[in-house]
Amino acid sequence: MTDVSTDFESRLGACPACDVAPLAGRLARSGPVRGDVILSLPTAHCAACITDVERALSAVPGVRAARVNLSLRRVVVDAEGVTADDLIPVLDRIGYEAHELDPGALTATAADRQGRDLLMRIGVAGFASMNIMILSVAVWSGADAATRDLFHMISGAIALPTVAFAGQPFFASAWRALRAGRLGMDVPISLALILASAISVFETWNSGPHAYFDGVVMLCFFLLVGRYLDYRTRAVARSAAEELTALEVPRAILLRDVAEETVPVADLRPGDLILVRPGGRVPADGVVTAGASEIDRSLLTGESVPVAARPGAALSAGEVNLTGPLTLQVTAAGRDSSLSRLTALVAAAESARGRYTSIADRASRSYAPAVHLLALASFLGWLWLTRDVRVAVNVAAAVLIITCPCALGLAVPAVITAASGRLFREGLLIKDGTALERLAEVDTVVFDKTGTLTMGTPQVAGADLDAEGRAVALALAGGSAHPLSRAIVAGIEGQAAEVEDLREVPGYGVEARWQGNPVRLGRADWVGADDEAPGAATWLRIGSRVHRIDFTDSLRPGADKAVARLRHAGLRVMILSGDGAGAVRDIAARLGVEEWRAGVTPQEKAATVAELSAQGRHVLMVGDGLNDTAALASAHASISPASALDAARVASDMVLVGRDLGPVADAVGVARASIRRIRENFALSILYNVVAVPFALAGLATPLIAALAMSLSSVSVTLNALRLR
Amino acid sequence: MEVLVYLIPVSLGLGGLGLGAFVWALRNRQYEDPKGDAQRILSDEWDDRPKP
Repeated sequence: MTDVSTDFESRLGACPACDVAPLAGRLARSGPVRGDVILSLPTAHCAACITDVERALSAVPGVRAARVNLSLRRVVVDAEGVTADDLIPVLDRIGYEAHELDPGALTATAADRQGRDLLMRIGVAGFASMNIMILSVAVWSGADAATRDLFHMISGAIALPTVAFAGQPFFASAWRALRAGRLGMDVPISLALILASAISVFETWNSGPHAYFDGVVMLCFFLLVGRYLDYRTRAVARSAAEELTALEVPRAILLRDVAEETVPVADLRPGDLILVRPGGRVPADGVVTAGASEIDRSLLTGESVPVAARPGAALSAGEVNLTGPLTLQVTAAGRDSSLSRLTALVAAAESARGRYTSIADRASRSYAPAVHLLALASFLGWLWLTRDVRVAVNVAAAVLIITCPCALGLAVPAVITAASGRLFREGLLIKDGTALERLAEVDTVVFDKTGTLTMGTPQVAGADLDAEGRAVALALAGGSAHPLSRAIVAGIEGQAAEVEDLREVPGYGVEARWQGNPVRLGRADWVGADDEAPGAATWLRIGSRVHRIDFTDSLRPGADKAVARLRHAGLRVMILSGDGAGAVRDIAARLGVEEWRAGVTPQEKAATVAELSAQGRHVLMVGDGLNDTAALASAHASISPASALDAARVASDMVLVGRDLGPVADAVGVARASIRRIRENFALSILYNVVAVPFALAGLATPLIAALAMSLSSVSVTLNALRLR
Repeated sequence: MEVLVYLIPVSLGLGGLGLGAFVWALRNRQYEDPKGDAQRILSDEWDDRPKP
């Protein structure tokens, strides 16, 4: 927390696209790295999980070793010639969700070194404070004359190098703050460390009764612990963000003189011909020149029904190709693509959130000047009273040591660490340090529909089929990987009929011969049905009969519970969707949400959120698509599922790792509880200061009182934070 | 008070030993996965012989 005022570089920048683009580009260029495969395991949580996963992976031929890291929920597989695509099904079979991560983006980074560096400093400060404390206890219990001086000297010999080494993070950050003309938390801390060390050396030299070496080193120790907790939280958040970018590696297949070449998306130029395989994401805006297929544009527009793509059709980056291979002529790539144009909208919205000042910021802003004034006043007061510089400096140092922001430095990081640890266990990653605080203020929740409240995968809603029809439908659907076909296989009971000449016609459907007659399953115009009713449907033709099979989107698990609990907590819940009115009304009715709007454009979503904010409401936006991105960025707080587009995940503060939507409701509760704890912690540490500062001002503060106030306040603040877990 | 001549170096030495052990553990990457290590001890898979 003490870092908040100085560590802006660690925050995500104002423009998420700018953050993502270079990283994504680096990923694409680096390609596969060494033999290591890293998989993310969002559901692993216990000893049995470790054993299961490691055993299953070790059994795969070619795998030399597999080691699970439960803290990061990852498994590192040392395997030559084995790819993640071979390993993910293995884990899926034993019931673990796994996603590929790019090792290039996740190798030990500078941040990792920073963490070990901090731990080392904590270790040294801890060692020094224990040893000095042993000597100090002797001094407090009445050692005097030569013995006391000797003990002070030994303490000083331990303390001075320790402060020089362990205090570096504070000195460095205080120096940065001063050069920028600001007074952060670290300026009074550094001043206290230096002044107290100097006066203690002076006192030891002159055989004085009080030396603050114990207090100085303890101050270092507690503050480093706070700094380390703060670092951990941000490291987890950062690695989460890295993991999410690592999930999607943007490459494109370029057709150059008939040869296929895989290139980073950033290298595409307008006019290039690219190939988009079935199941692949369209890497750039373009016009279809060859091939026929269907396109899922739910992430861009929220529509849940696939759209046909024929030569001449214009596609946007981010859409998913479903059935057949498509050749595309690029019309706009990189910065000019529609994806980038939408993220420009995000950049404008993002700056609004950057202005949010956290509780810690506000506290440190008023704290630093107050402490400096208090110390200066006590120095001048005592100088005027006694005309003795030595006494005056002693008192000023005691004031600085006692008002040290030990507890303040721990108050926020300890709570945030406990809260984010708890939410992480439930499957929610917090990406931004102030996200919990903002989440606690939320009073309105806006959900996107497709991909957020629903899984984005269709489910059979109804079909007017007899046993024969079901058998034929199953047989035809079994021959295709189209989402609607998969839904039929999963959703219709019965035995598949025997069919011949089964073939998929990309962009239209599946056809075959059954008992000598041609049968077709697919789009209405192709099957020969007149498609008058709206909604997602596919058609089955057997001879001259035509059957309609209806689909609805399946609800995300936990969606109903999350909505119910949010409403129970007194929050206003709304649905804003780009999908058609029928589908949205259906989902809203199933969830019991009265306020919903359908056919909303991305701009309208952002405008609605802005309008709500203008009414003084604090909006939590939950969404996954590109059409939600601007709204996610302009909302007071935002959550997106891990299946979301990377632009949406970058724009949001929190990411749901699992499939369940339930943690959204938990998160609001935990956020409110943690803000309560932070306030309690501030109250506690202020209380300790109110009791101890008069002693210091009166010149009665001994190193014993300083040590007591410091450790008692730090420990009680930490314990209070741990109640959250 | 002559005893201090031994006791202080002894106490510093013991503390230094602890610090050394901590640095060793840190270098050995024993703080990489605290949660996993806490759970691994519950597994009985390699109880009879060490993992090859």
